[in-house]
Amino acid sequence: MNDVLKVDRRDAKLALAHIYIAFIALALGGLAGLLQTLVRSGKFNLPANISYYTILTTHGVLLGLVLTTFFIIGFQFAAVSRTTGAFSDRNRFWGWIGFWLMTIGTAVTAFFILIGEASVLYTFYAPLQAHPGFYLGLTLVVVGSWISGFVLFVHYARWKKANPGQVGPLLSFMAVVNMVLWLICSLGVAATVLIQLLPWSLGLVDQINVLVSRTLFWYFGHPLVYFWLLPAYMVWYAIIPKVIGGKMFSDSLARLSFILFLLFSIPVGFHHQLMEPGIDPFWKYVQVVLTFMVVIPSLMTAFAMFATFEMYGRSKGAAGLFGWLRKLPWGDARFFAPFVGMLFFIPAGAGGLVNASHQLDQVVHNTIWVTGHFHLTLATTVVLTFFGAAYWLIPHLSGRIMTRAMNRLAIIQTIVWVVGMSFMSGAMHFAGLLGAPRRSAFSTYANSPQALEWIPYQIAQAVGGTILFIGIILVLVIVTNLAFFAPKGETEFPVAEVAEQAERTPLVFENWKLWIGIAIILILIAYTIPFIDMIQNAPPGSKGYKLW
Amino acid sequence: MHIHKYEKIWLIFGIGCLFVFLTVLGVSAFAKGNQPPSCLTTIDPEKVDQTPPFDKPGLAKTGNNEYQLNMVASAFAYTPAQVEIPKGAKVTINITTKDVIHGFEVVGTNINMMVEPGYVNSFTKTFDKTGEYTILCNEYCGAGHHMMTARIKVVDK
Repeated sequence: MNDVLKVDRRDAKLALAHIYIAFIALALGGLAGLLQTLVRSGKFNLPANISYYTILTTHGVLLGLVLTTFFIIGFQFAAVSRTTGAFSDRNRFWGWIGFWLMTIGTAVTAFFILIGEASVLYTFYAPLQAHPGFYLGLTLVVVGSWISGFVLFVHYARWKKANPGQVGPLLSFMAVVNMVLWLICSLGVAATVLIQLLPWSLGLVDQINVLVSRTLFWYFGHPLVYFWLLPAYMVWYAIIPKVIGGKMFSDSLARLSFILFLLFSIPVGFHHQLMEPGIDPFWKYVQVVLTFMVVIPSLMTAFAMFATFEMYGRSKGAAGLFGWLRKLPWGDARFFAPFVGMLFFIPAGAGGLVNASHQLDQVVHNTIWVTGHFHLTLATTVVLTFFGAAYWLIPHLSGRIMTRAMNRLAIIQTIVWVVGMSFMSGAMHFAGLLGAPRRSAFSTYANSPQALEWIPYQIAQAVGGTILFIGIILVLVIVTNLAFFAPKGETEFPVAEVAEQAERTPLVFENWKLWIGIAIILILIAYTIPFIDMIQNAPPGSKGYKLW
Repeated sequence: MHIHKYEKIWLIFGIGCLFVFLTVLGVSAFAKGNQPPSCLTTIDPEKVDQTPPFDKPGLAKTGNNEYQLNMVASAFAYTPAQVEIPKGAKVTINITTKDVIHGFEVVGTNINMMVEPGYVNSFTKTFDKTGEYTILCNEYCGAGHHMMTARIKVVDK
C-alpha cells in the first residue's frame, strides 16, 4: 500500500481553512449560548433590544451547522489525503470552490439572522417565513458541501482504479460513507428549500404545505446527527488505537458498523414528528423500529473501543479484570478528550432511546430535556472528540508541535467541559422532566407555581453555561497556539494498524451499488405511503408569517 | 466474517434487549392504545373561527362524565385561556392553530401535542386529581412564544 505519512502541504492549507472557520463559529456561537443561559436564569436581560430568538438562531446555525460541517469536511480532506495520497490540482481546486461557497453561504445566512430578518431558529419551520437571503445562504452551504463530497468520491475512485482488488484505506472509506450519507439526506432539505421555501419567501407562490416541508426537513435532520457522529467514530476506530500505542481490534467490523449507519440513519425522521397530527401512528412506529436499529452499530463500536483498550493494556502486562485501565495514557489530551466523549455517549445514547420511543417521547418532547440530550451527544461526545483530534491535526497541518504546557491546558479544558456540561445538561434533563420547554426565553408563565419550580435548574444551567464558555476560551487559546505560535516541528497524523489476529477485510463493503440500493429501498419503505398520504390528504396551504 | 466470541455474546444480549424493548413499545401502542397523538383530521387554517367545533371554543359535555375541550392556538395565546374541569372527567382535547405551528403541553402530564396549521390534533386524558395545570407553548412561534400560556383547573364536582 502506498502509505503517505504526511498530508500534502497544499491539501493541508485547504483542510486548515475549513478548521479555522469552524473555530470562529465556535467562538461566536459559544458566546450566543452563554447569553442564552444567562437570559434563562431570569437575572439578565439582553442589551439594546436584541431578541433572545435572534441569539438562539445564531447559536443553532453556527454550532449545529457551521462548526460541524466545516470541521468535518476539513478533517475528512486531511484524512483522505493522508491515507490515499494528495489530491490532484483539479480536485483540490474544486475543494476550494466548495470551501468558498460554504463560507459565502454562511456569511449571507449570518447577515440575515443578525439584522433580525431570520429569527426562525436553525430548523426554520414554515409557516414562519425568513428573508429569502437566509434560505439562499443555507443553499450555498449545502451545495458547497456537495462539491467537497464529490471531490472525495472522485479521489477515492481514482485510488481504487490505481489499486485494483485492494480494500480502500479505512479512514478514506469511512469519509466516503459519511459523505454518501450526507448527500442522500441533504437532498431532503435541498428539496424543501428550493421547491417550497425559496419560491414562497420570494412571493412566487402564496402558500406552503407545512407538513411536507417538516417531513423533508426531518428526513434530513436525523441523519444530520449521524453525519456529525461518524467523523467522531472515525477518530475512535482508526486513530485512537494508534494514539495509545495499540492496534485496531477489527477492520471489517469497523466497516460493517459504518455501513449499518448508512442504512439505518435515514429512514427514521418520523421519530422527531411523533407528536404531530398529520402522520398515521403505524408509520411512526415503523420508523421508531428502524431508529432503534442504530443501536446495533453503536454496541459494536463500544465493544471495539474497549477491546482495543483492554488488548493494549494487557500487552503492557496489565493484570486483573480492570488492570488495563491503568495502562491507558491518561495524561495525553489526544486520548483523554475523546475518551471522555465516549463515556458521555453512554447517558447520551440512553436519553436518545427515551426520545425516540413512541410513548416516552410524550413526556419529554420539546422540553429542555431534548436540549440537554443533544448537548451530551453533539456538544460533548462529538465536540470533545473533535477537540482531541484538533490537538494533533492542527499542528500536523501547520507544521508545529503541541508543547507539554498546551497538552496540560487541553487536559484542564476537558475537565472544565465535563464540569460545565454536567451542570448544564444535567439541569436541562431534570427541568425537562418537570416540563420546562426548550427554545423559550425566560418566563414564569403568568407566575405558574409549576414554572417557578424550574428556576433553580435554570440558574444551574447558567452556571454550567458560564463554565462551558471558559472551556471554549481555553480551547480557542490552544487552537490559536497550535495554528500560529507553537514551536515548528513535525507532528504525527496517527493512523492505526489492524491487530495481527484480525482477519482480512472482504471487498463486499465497497459494493456501493448494493449498500446505496438497500439504503434507498429502506427509505422508500419508510416514507412512500405516508408521504403520498400527506400530499393526497393535504389541507389548504399556509401563507407566510413574520412574528418576531 | 469472523466475530469474536465475546462480541457475539455482547451483541446477542444487546440486540435481544432491543427487541424486548421494541415489543414493549409495540404492545403498548397497538394492543393497549397508547399511541402518540395523531388525529389525521384536516381543517382550513384561514377558517378556524367558522369551523365547528372551533367556532365555539371551550369545554362541552358529550356524555356521562365525558367532555370535549376544543381549543384554538394563535400567536401568542390559547382560547379559552382558563378552563375548569370537574375532577374525574374524561376529556378529549381537540386543538388547532390559526397561524403558525404551536405546541400544546400540559405541564406535569403526558399531554404534549404539536399544533400545525391545517390539522386538528387530539388527545384523551382523565383528570383524577384536583389542582391547577399550566398549559404552555413548547414550539417556537415568534417573539411572544414564551408568554403563550393558559390554565386548567381541576375542581371538585
